[in-house]
Formats: sequence, C-alpha cells, structure tokens
Amino acid sequence: MAFNIYDFTTLTKSIHEGLSSQFSPTATLAIEWTIVGLAYLLFVALFGLFLVYAERKVCAAFQQRMGPMRVGPWGLLQTIADFIKLLMKELITPKNADKFLYNLAPFIVIIVSFLVISVIPFAPGLVTFDFDIGILFVTAVSSVGVIGILLAGWSSNNKYSLIGAMRSGAQIVSYELSVGLSLIAMIILAGTMQISGIVEGQREMWFIFKGHIPAVIAFIVFIIAGTAETNRGPFDLAEAESELTAGFHTEYSGIKFAFFFLAEYINLFIVAAMATTVFLGGWMPLHFGDFEGFNQIMDLMPGLFWFFFKVLGVIFLMMWFKWTFPRLRVDQILNLEWKYLLPINLFNILLMAAVVLFGLHF
Amino acid sequence: MDELKEVLITTDDIRTDEYLINMGPQHPSTHGVLRLLVQLEGEIVHNVQPHIGYIHSGIEKMTESLSYPQIGHLTDRMDYLSAHQNNEAVALCVENALQVEVPERVKYIRTIMSELSRLASHQLWWCVMGMDMGALTTFFYGLRDREDILDIFEETCGARLTVNYSIPGGLMFDIHPDFQRDVKAFIKKFRTKLPEYDRLLSGNVIFTERTKGVGILSKEDAIAYGVTGPTGRASGFACDLRKHRPYSAYDKVTFNEILSDVGDTYARYQVRMAEMWESMNIIEQLIDNIPEGDYAVKMKGVVKLPEGEFYQRVETARGEFGVFIVSDGKKNPYRVKFRSPGFSNLFAINHIAKGWKIADLVAIMSTFDLVIPDIDR
Repeated sequence: MAFNIYDFTTLTKSIHEGLSSQFSPTATLAIEWTIVGLAYLLFVALFGLFLVYAERKVCAAFQQRMGPMRVGPWGLLQTIADFIKLLMKELITPKNADKFLYNLAPFIVIIVSFLVISVIPFAPGLVTFDFDIGILFVTAVSSVGVIGILLAGWSSNNKYSLIGAMRSGAQIVSYELSVGLSLIAMIILAGTMQISGIVEGQREMWFIFKGHIPAVIAFIVFIIAGTAETNRGPFDLAEAESELTAGFHTEYSGIKFAFFFLAEYINLFIVAAMATTVFLGGWMPLHFGDFEGFNQIMDLMPGLFWFFFKVLGVIFLMMWFKWTFPRLRVDQILNLEWKYLLPINLFNILLMAAVVLFGLHF
Repeated sequence: MDELKEVLITTDDIRTDEYLINMGPQHPSTHGVLRLLVQLEGEIVHNVQPHIGYIHSGIEKMTESLSYPQIGHLTDRMDYLSAHQNNEAVALCVENALQVEVPERVKYIRTIMSELSRLASHQLWWCVMGMDMGALTTFFYGLRDREDILDIFEETCGARLTVNYSIPGGLMFDIHPDFQRDVKAFIKKFRTKLPEYDRLLSGNVIFTERTKGVGILSKEDAIAYGVTGPTGRASGFACDLRKHRPYSAYDKVTFNEILSDVGDTYARYQVRMAEMWESMNIIEQLIDNIPEGDYAVKMKGVVKLPEGEFYQRVETARGEFGVFIVSDGKKNPYRVKFRSPGFSNLFAINHIAKGWKIADLVAIMSTFDLVIPDIDR
C-alpha cells in the first residue's frame, strides 16, 4: 500500500481499490466502515489517555510539583492504570434512579463526541465525512451533548447532581450561541461551510492573520465560549469540588464515569481542533502569500504534524488558564455570555462582513 | 421552647419551592467537620444553620484533670493554626494570676513566634481561599512558602504545627542558634513572594467580581455578634488586641492596625493580606534586638493558682482568643473556659449570607477563616 504522509488520499485510495477488487461493493463499504470505526475508537482511547496524562503533568508544572512519576517511566502508564481501575469498579445505581435514563446519559455524551470528531480533517485526505455544511453539522451535533448532561443530573435522584446539571445545561446552551456566531464570522471570510474548503482557503495565509481584527476577536470569543462549552477552566462550576462534590456525574462509577471523563477530554480536543481548523489553518502549514522559499520550508513538515502541533498548542493554552484563574459564579457566567460576548459577536460579524465586502483583508 | 422551635429548621416549615442541602460534614474541601444546613431557593440562600460538635473532644473538661503547665499542651490542638498564640494565652493567664514576671527575652521570643504563627495561618488561609474560589494553583504556592516557617518551628520547638512552646514561666527551650538567621532569610524571601500572591489572585477580575460587595458585615453587626480579628476589622471594628491591650512585647513595636470600612469579602481578604505585611514588619523590628537572659523563670514544681477567676485574651490570627480560669486553690483548675474566635464569627454567617448564592456562601466562609476544632473544642 502506498503510504504518503503528505497526502493520505494515496493510502485511502489504495485501501479502497484493494478491497473493492476482492469483495462486492456492499461488503467493501461494510469493511471500510468497520476499519474507520475501529480507527476512531483507537484514536479516541489513545488520545484521551494522552490528554489526561498531559493535563496532570501540565497542572503539576504550574503548581511546582512533578505529577505522576511512579507508574511507569515518568508516570506514562498512570492513565492506563487509572482506566483499568475504573473498569474494575462496581457499577452502583442509586436507589430510585431512573434506570433507563441513568444508563443512557453517558452514552449520549460519548456518541456526540465521536460524531463531531468524524468531520475534522486531520491531514489532507484523512477525513471521514466531508459535507458541504460541515460547520453547521458540528454545531448542531455538539448541541445534543447537553441532553446527556441534563439526563445524568436528573436521573441520579440526587440534589447535588440536579443543581450541577441545571447549571451546566444553562451554561452550555448559552455558550453554543457564541460558538456558532464566531464560526459564522469565519465562514463569511472563508466563503464556504465545507470544512475541507475552509482548510484549503487557508493555503495562502491562515484566517487568523488574513482576517486581522475581526478574526482575532472571533478567535478570543471562540476560545472563551469553547472552554465554557466543555465545562472546563474558569467555567467549571458544574463540577466545583468545593461546592457540590462532583456535580452531575456524582452518582456514576466505573465505566460510566470513565465515559463522562473521556468525553470531557475529547470535547477539549474538539474545541481545540475546531479552533485550529477554522482559525489556524487546520493541517495547512504556515504560509505567507508570496514567500516561496519560506512556504517550501514550512511544507517539509507533513500536515498531520502541523495539525497536532496546533491542537496541542491550543490545548496547552486552555489548560493554562484553567489552572490559573478562579471560578466564575453561575450568574456571572450567564452575564458574560448574554451581556458581553453576544453583542461583541454580533458586532464582529458586521465588522467581518464589512472587511470582506470592501476587500480589507490581506 | 417556642423560641427553640423557631430556630430549628425542620421539614414542616419549608415552603415547597425551597430545598435543604447539607454542606458537610464530609466534604472534599470545606474547612473541617462543619455541617451547614442551607435552605435554598434555586441558587439563592435563604438560611444557613451551622451544626457544630462533630469534632468536640471535651478539651475544657480534660483541663479539669490536668495541671496548669499541661493545659498549654491541649491548646495547641484547638486552633491548630494559631498554636503558639493559644499557648501564650494560657501562659500569660497563669503568670498574671501568680504575679510572675518573665524576662524580657521571653517576651520578645513569644512575640516573634506569635507573629510567625500568624503569618503561617494567613498563608494557609490564602491558599485555601484560592482553592475554594477555583484557582487550585494557589494552594501549592501558599504551602510552599509556609514550609519555611514550619521548618523554623521544627528547629526550635520540635514540632511543625502543635508547637507547645510557651509555658507558664517562660519557654520550653531556648531558641535554636540558627533561629535569627532563618527568620531573617524567610522574611527576605517572603517579601518577594507576597506581591506574587497579589498578582495571581488579588488583581484578577474574576476574583474581584466574585468578592466585591459580597456578604457585607456592618460594623454594628460585627460588634453585636462579637466578630473579632481580621473579619471584624474589615467591618471597621477596631478590635486589635495587640494595639488596644498590648501584652508580651507588642508595646515595644510600631505597627498599623489594618481597618476597612467596607466589610465585604474583598475587604476581609485585603485586611489579611495587609496583616501579613505588618507581621513581617513586627518581626523585623524584634528579631535583631532579642535581649540576653534566661528563657524561663523557675516555677514551683506544683503550680497552684490562688482562688479566684482569671482571664487573659490574646489576638490570634482569627480574632480574640480568651482563657478564663476558675481556680479553687488546688493544683487542677476548677473550670477552664476558652473564648474561641471562630465560635462567635461563625454565627454571623447566617446574617450576611442571606440573599446570596451558594458560590458566594463558599467565598464568605473562606474569608471568615474558620478552624473547626477551635469552634468545637
């Protein structure tokens, strides 16, 4: 099989041709789906493990300590040990909990995360679904996640979970507006909602540079709203330890808790991946218009590495302000969205439209 | 009996759109085993009823079977963050009752140790305040700096926290030869770290939004509830015993009494931060001038107080700590009562938390800086 790390279409094409020459079209499709599904499961599992480990190490560095060091060299096997422990725990269902909803909630949350990952282009040719309304799909599907959280809080039959879920639900629903609107500003600049089209459009220059002022404003708003979406950082009041134990997932143990936990880190990855795709060029190396020599040097690193490099940069930024800032109160979170971010977003859209209309971008 | 019924919250008199939650006694990160029964409507707090006694150890009863020098040992364990100040209170009470004059050296060392203990207590308060607000990194910064003070305590007194250092008549041991050098090195280092605390938390807009204007305790209420210490001073109640009723070497140093007239959570925060600066100034004025002399006066083998009642108050990091000894001439006290600052401060929380949200209740609680064994004894 031809394996070109610069363009995965060679790999995907050769697999497809190899399979379709052996099997019937339906069988080929079924086998391809299985391969893709397994690849995503593997990616989610491994990247989730890596992110949990990275969070612990980064957090330890900010707090002037070492983090996990004993389990495996440099603590690398710590997360694996944690997940094995979670898998072995007893699954306790609280008395009088709504059993069906209680069991359904973690699955909703994790399925939504999988769905969103499926449209993100990791490298040229390495994308599963390429709709022409890709961005709309992402915002629509990620909205379904809030149902999982509300169900978890309600069905646990626990006052603290309910309070946590209500706070979280209000927060996520509000901040989806900001996420969507800042993406709209960038769609105006890109001219297309198709994600691969957006990445292609950044071949000359990344959108955050191309759209200068409105793009930077949209980026900042997106990062703030994205952290609020994932219940992280200064917006983590749904899981505020000092107030409500563990919020909406207090009553979950074992593999169900592992799903919520994993889903939180995958959502972090999703927000960072959307930020890199729309603002920072996705897998596109750093190009600046006419500097041919510079562009060619930048092209030496394959798209896959550029993508993860940028995603990890944004994730580090989000971890940085999680461990530095205090928490906002729930009414302050909602205030921030409805009174500040929403008007800024709407104004920014106007600004971006003006910039595009009058050709004021680079 | 009717008044009691009014005070107790039962499920009979809850309106249907309010609910009760328990914060504590088991809780991942509140300040000890305190149970707060909070009556909530949505997010708004309507009533907070503290239930104490989960760590009641019968300390006051235990003192009735101990001799006077042994009482000091128990006071370490009450407000463990102001351990030396508690020891000093008992020592001063017994010394005043017996009219024993301690050498100047003892007074200076006691004051320095009390101020170090105040600094350590405020450092812990700051790191826990940040943690309660959600800035988990502050926990490690505060503890890192506190380690230096605990090392100094360990060198001189033998223990990091429960120092048991001041006894009636003087001190248990003389200071370690490295004491002055270590204290001066610590002060020099901490003066550069304290602005870091300000940069991390005090100026942060999220923090100020959550603390400014929240939970205002007026001066009249502070006096009525008997709220002393930095909490009272933030409401304008000038209650610093070091200034108004000086003891040990406090009349030999110049320092400011930090007052604020706002009385909100941010004021309580700022008063404690400013007190850390003042404590360092006090220590610096004393550390080089410790007079030579004995570290203790020889007391009789069996200490017997004359019949009567004796009271001594000191300013701990939390407020006014008082020791009231009733003696009937024997070698054990008849009754010892400790006036604990936490007990009076705690019951002001209900009054000021009404109408605020759960997150504000957490902020108010952490600025009151309660140590539960101090309340429960």
